[in-house]
Amino acid sequence: MMNRREALSSVALLLGGTILGSQAFLSGCKSTAGDAVAFTPEDIAFLNEVAETILPKTDTPGAKEANVGEFMTVIVKDCYKPEEAKVFMEGLSKLKGTSFMKASAEERTKMLTELDAEAKAFQEKKKPEELPHYFRMMKELTLWGFFTSEVGATKVLRYVAVPGKFEGCTEYKKGDKAWAT
Amino acid sequence: MAEQNFDAIVIGSGISGGWAAKELTEKGLKVLMLERGRNIEHVKDYVNANKEAWDYPHHGRKTQEMIAQNPVLDRDYPLNEQTYGMWVNDKESPYVEVKRYDWFRGYHVGGRSLLWGRQSYRWSDLDFEANAKDGIAVDWPVRYKEIEPWYDYVERFAGISGNRDGLSVLPDGQFLPPMEMTCVEKDVAKRLQEYYKGQRAMIIGRTANLTKEHEGRSSCQFRNKCWLGCPFGAYFSTQSSTLPAAMKTGNLTLRPWSIVTKILYDKDTKRATGVEVLDAETNKTYVYKSKIVFLNASTLNSAWILMNSATDVWEGGLGSSSGELGHNIMDHHLGVGAGGKVEGYEDKYTFGRRANGIYIPRYQNIGNDKREYLRGFGYQGSGNRGGWGSNVAEATIGAAFKEAISEPGGWSMGIMGFGEVLPDHKNFVTLDKTVKDKWGLNVLKIDAELKENELKMRKDMQADAIEMLTNAGVKDVRGYDANGVLGRGIHEMGTARMGADPKTSVVNKYNQIWDAPNVFVTDGSFMTSAACVNPSLTYMAFTARAVDFAVSELKKGNL
Repeated sequence: MMNRREALSSVALLLGGTILGSQAFLSGCKSTAGDAVAFTPEDIAFLNEVAETILPKTDTPGAKEANVGEFMTVIVKDCYKPEEAKVFMEGLSKLKGTSFMKASAEERTKMLTELDAEAKAFQEKKKPEELPHYFRMMKELTLWGFFTSEVGATKVLRYVAVPGKFEGCTEYKKGDKAWAT
Repeated sequence: MAEQNFDAIVIGSGISGGWAAKELTEKGLKVLMLERGRNIEHVKDYVNANKEAWDYPHHGRKTQEMIAQNPVLDRDYPLNEQTYGMWVNDKESPYVEVKRYDWFRGYHVGGRSLLWGRQSYRWSDLDFEANAKDGIAVDWPVRYKEIEPWYDYVERFAGISGNRDGLSVLPDGQFLPPMEMTCVEKDVAKRLQEYYKGQRAMIIGRTANLTKEHEGRSSCQFRNKCWLGCPFGAYFSTQSSTLPAAMKTGNLTLRPWSIVTKILYDKDTKRATGVEVLDAETNKTYVYKSKIVFLNASTLNSAWILMNSATDVWEGGLGSSSGELGHNIMDHHLGVGAGGKVEGYEDKYTFGRRANGIYIPRYQNIGNDKREYLRGFGYQGSGNRGGWGSNVAEATIGAAFKEAISEPGGWSMGIMGFGEVLPDHKNFVTLDKTVKDKWGLNVLKIDAELKENELKMRKDMQADAIEMLTNAGVKDVRGYDANGVLGRGIHEMGTARMGADPKTSVVNKYNQIWDAPNVFVTDGSFMTSAACVNPSLTYMAFTARAVDFAVSELKKGNL
């Protein structure tokens, strides 16, 4: 669908580059990731905290309310190629080995801001055939998972199920949210 | 073998098959419409029509398992969670590619009428006269004036929204009100008009989506979910339009799961007598008899049926006596264009999701515009405001980041070319001798590629896109050229071309097979050239015209 393609490409645009997985899909190889990739409830809880730090609750809900942590695991398991899933899993272990869970919200933001800078630097230097940084994967899945979730689309963005009309030139005020779809 | 008799049999239930069934039944004939795949009932079977991204386990994204099952669909947008099961499974229905050919098929009632892009443009004499003027292939035995009333006829029923733009290259039709351009599109259209002094135009797309209630169908709700099947019946499909009309007559029998394996031919009367059907569920064989047969199985599959028919008379099958059956495959080549940013309009946005865009009709090789290749191309595109995630935030994590990226981004404008592919005898299909499908039937081997004319044209398709957008004030314009592969336009044409001479064509000017005058081929197979506009409206017009002729000939006792 055009909407999905637009959604994917806008995340890619924001993060600089092609969305992870879409280019990999061209290879058409069968995944064995399903057998090797397994997440515990603890992993999901941890990823929810990472996602919440990237997109926190403000006057609107944050990523945890949409259970983005679980969504990340579903996509990594079913849609990532095994080698991509491996990068994600290793990154997750590494991050779990830090003091992230014990840290305050402010400290978490600081930690992930630094990690984001590291991922960005890595992405800029890496060769096209090299796999992305694990945090780029987490951030991408957080954004896409959240803004295409019911919570993100209807409570953070603006959503109208049946517009009934099209207007090509309406008024916009700074601060108005984007249409979800 | 069970045997049943009908006045007419229609093979295929897509856009042209649906039209054939409607017209034949409305003229009082008892009709059997055969569809190789499953039934999809209007509204009831549009299982995803009201779903949003969050209703799918992967929010719409294809999984590795889906990829493993559908390596061809995976080459482009057809493989996704929303329309999964609507496009043909490659593993069940394989084909052989001598050269890469992306073949995206819809085997179910309605065929690709449920999945089409709905852009609907008339041809003009620029197109009908092109082969004769260029000395390419064979001349079309018809001209615009003959087809014009049939365009009127099908547009009035199908419901085409569009603006009367008064362009000779793209004749106006019987339009429902046009959709609106965005402010950026209006601005770019005006600048192009000024810069090119009226030699190039940008118009709102003409589309088979209703902009007001029409023929008992609701108007478009601007959800942009057409490909999931529309519960409002707001775009033209077999299910929303031609099938209910045909059913209303009481003259139609629809038989899904019916793979036509051959058209039965009587060499003494030189007429088809019916068809042989393999039931796709039970693997049993059935024979159905009729006075006339309309072949609408989709371009390449219609060639397959003909190649498997009357092989005791002609080794290459029914319609092969000219040596052109299966040859001259065409498509539209695309995936090349440009896009860039538009400054300003920060206080403007859009409401609703318009499943339509803008169109730039062909201007090359017209008047003083001379190119190093034959024919030309048009562009489809849009000028929209970027959605969530496109606003570059200062913060990379946290509350400020979330606020910034949940606002819309800047405006951008993009256009993509749709180029004409020349008919070439060397682009062809044959029956493969080694591979079988799920039902043990032989499959097609496709040997077709873009040739020199198209490859030259693609350079201009990118360069002109960059030039026009730049001249219209678009910033940071970037061109692209990806995947110049036949099939990706999903506009297969040719394989049973129309002509004036049985020695060089498969069907005559009324879509009758020269060697079997009671067989009419009215899907994309009959196309003698491709033009650069989307083809479905032209299939509709020729189908309605062919039925009118067929029934008149039948009454005269000529069939």
